[in-house]
Amino acid sequence: MTVAPARSGTESGRSVPPPRVDPPSWRHRLGRWDTRYTPYLAIAPFFVVFGIFGLYPLLYTAWVSLHDWQLVDGAQGFVGLENFRELFTDPHFWNALGNTVSLFVLSTVPQLLAALALAALLDRGLRGRAFWRAGVLLPNVISVAAVALVFAQLFGRDFGIVNGVLGVFGIDPVDWRAETWASHLAISSMVMWRWTGYNALIYLAAMQSVPKDMYESAMLDGASRWRVFWSITVPSIRPTILFTVIVSTIGGMQLFVEPQLFDPGGTATGTGGADRQFQTLVMYLYEKGFRLFDAGYSSAIAWVLFMLILLVALLNFTLTRRIASKG
Amino acid sequence: MAYAMLVIVLVASIFPLYYSFLIASKDNSALGDAVPSLIPGGNLFENLGRVFDTVDFWLAMQNSLIVAGTVAVSNVVLGTLAGFAFARLRFPGSNSLFLVVVGTSMVPTQLGVIPLYMLMSDLDWYGTLQAVVVPALIGAFSVFWMRQACEESVPFELVEAARVDGCSVLRTFWHVAFPAVRPQAAVMGMFTFMTAWNDFFWPLIVLDPNDSPTVQVALSTLASGYYTDYSLMLSGASLAVLPVVGIFLLLARQIVGGIMQGAVKG
Repeated sequence: MTVAPARSGTESGRSVPPPRVDPPSWRHRLGRWDTRYTPYLAIAPFFVVFGIFGLYPLLYTAWVSLHDWQLVDGAQGFVGLENFRELFTDPHFWNALGNTVSLFVLSTVPQLLAALALAALLDRGLRGRAFWRAGVLLPNVISVAAVALVFAQLFGRDFGIVNGVLGVFGIDPVDWRAETWASHLAISSMVMWRWTGYNALIYLAAMQSVPKDMYESAMLDGASRWRVFWSITVPSIRPTILFTVIVSTIGGMQLFVEPQLFDPGGTATGTGGADRQFQTLVMYLYEKGFRLFDAGYSSAIAWVLFMLILLVALLNFTLTRRIASKG
Repeated sequence: MAYAMLVIVLVASIFPLYYSFLIASKDNSALGDAVPSLIPGGNLFENLGRVFDTVDFWLAMQNSLIVAGTVAVSNVVLGTLAGFAFARLRFPGSNSLFLVVVGTSMVPTQLGVIPLYMLMSDLDWYGTLQAVVVPALIGAFSVFWMRQACEESVPFELVEAARVDGCSVLRTFWHVAFPAVRPQAAVMGMFTFMTAWNDFFWPLIVLDPNDSPTVQVALSTLASGYYTDYSLMLSGASLAVLPVVGIFLLLARQIVGGIMQGAVKG
């Protein structure tokens, strides 16, 4: 909220001083109505669209999850928490949960650290600022689907360039799709490629609003650049770091397209590799809901994931705040 | 030293794109080389031709254009209108309502995909473009971005003067506010266009890959063959990426500015 004169542009400007006491004309009443209600009409489309296509489906998921519900044939009866009971004993669910957490940690932690470093680099008053910034943002505007296909090739077992380069150093080719850890590394690298630059720009924006004299006095005291970075820059942009951590959590826990398209041959089944070694929760939700048409079960997955995201976001919130305030 | 590191980052940013184009220009048999050559081959047009033979890529392009274009225009109009209301009109609850708008961007609506799908089939919208367009007509990000733009570029006095002269709220919006934020609205529109063009998850679910694909859905069709044909896949990927890279090269400075500004105020 910036400078905003209170109560301006209202009807009071017109009717002062009141010359006679007439009943207000219809024009005047229309004007009052306009001033009072049109602002709400102006913001209504957002709330209508979000309500119908965002909030309602999300909440209705909870209701569906309490039923035996087939995607095409509809509800087959109320079953209470049966879907959840089944879910918690489903090894595929726990597998997908483990993969989701692993992929989330592997892609988010190095990504945000790299973004911090990159932002610090960009903050050093270089020439060609606009050029570097654009270059860093470029990966973020490329569609995930295209990125996934390119990376599927880069990490190919037989002809992929990553194995080619490893081979030059005498390292045996890695089967990036078959091994759990290898597939997680490859998929995380995709996420990192797309989002590091974006987050770096967010950090950069925050860094530029840190008062310069804080740096100067620290430099005068003989603090090293490294020390200045950790004890001045990072604490100063704490709210921004918190923001990116939470946004990355919400996005990372819902990872879908990158792993889904990582295995081109298996895209149709959506199992994330022959042994489900890189199937995430949203992929499992997709498989159950749109391949096996079990809407009730799929909704139970969605609701559990929703709770999980809330939990992790809250956890991140408290943790990041504590760590950052120590720094 | 800083420049050297930035150059490395830049190469890493660009390399996968170049590589995609590289593979697209080669015969599949050239992929067997132990250390792949970084010089393009001569098969680009042949591979592109195969893309159009395998899937109806023209239709996909046309659909993506309709979807992304409509979504962009609608976000510009509705986003600017809402942004103007939040920035320049006083009404009870405006601050808390704006916080709600910002908060909604954190709601993982993707998880409501099952009921959303059922809603679309009740409406008989499965496989139609409006199933993709309507939910995206106005997003929190556009409202946020345009509120910022109005705060910056629409003078309060001008709004007030128009209102005193008897201009209705909507006329004031259209004749005073909108012209003042046209440049920002254009950038926001292009950004929305790119986002809509790139969208994958929801179109994959609600569109018919054979009947009404968008470009991204067509890409996944190219990838889902039993035998993975990388030249074919990456020719399609290169095509799909082209419009977005074009827009980005034109507007990079403004898009970077918009993102960084949003970060500070947010």
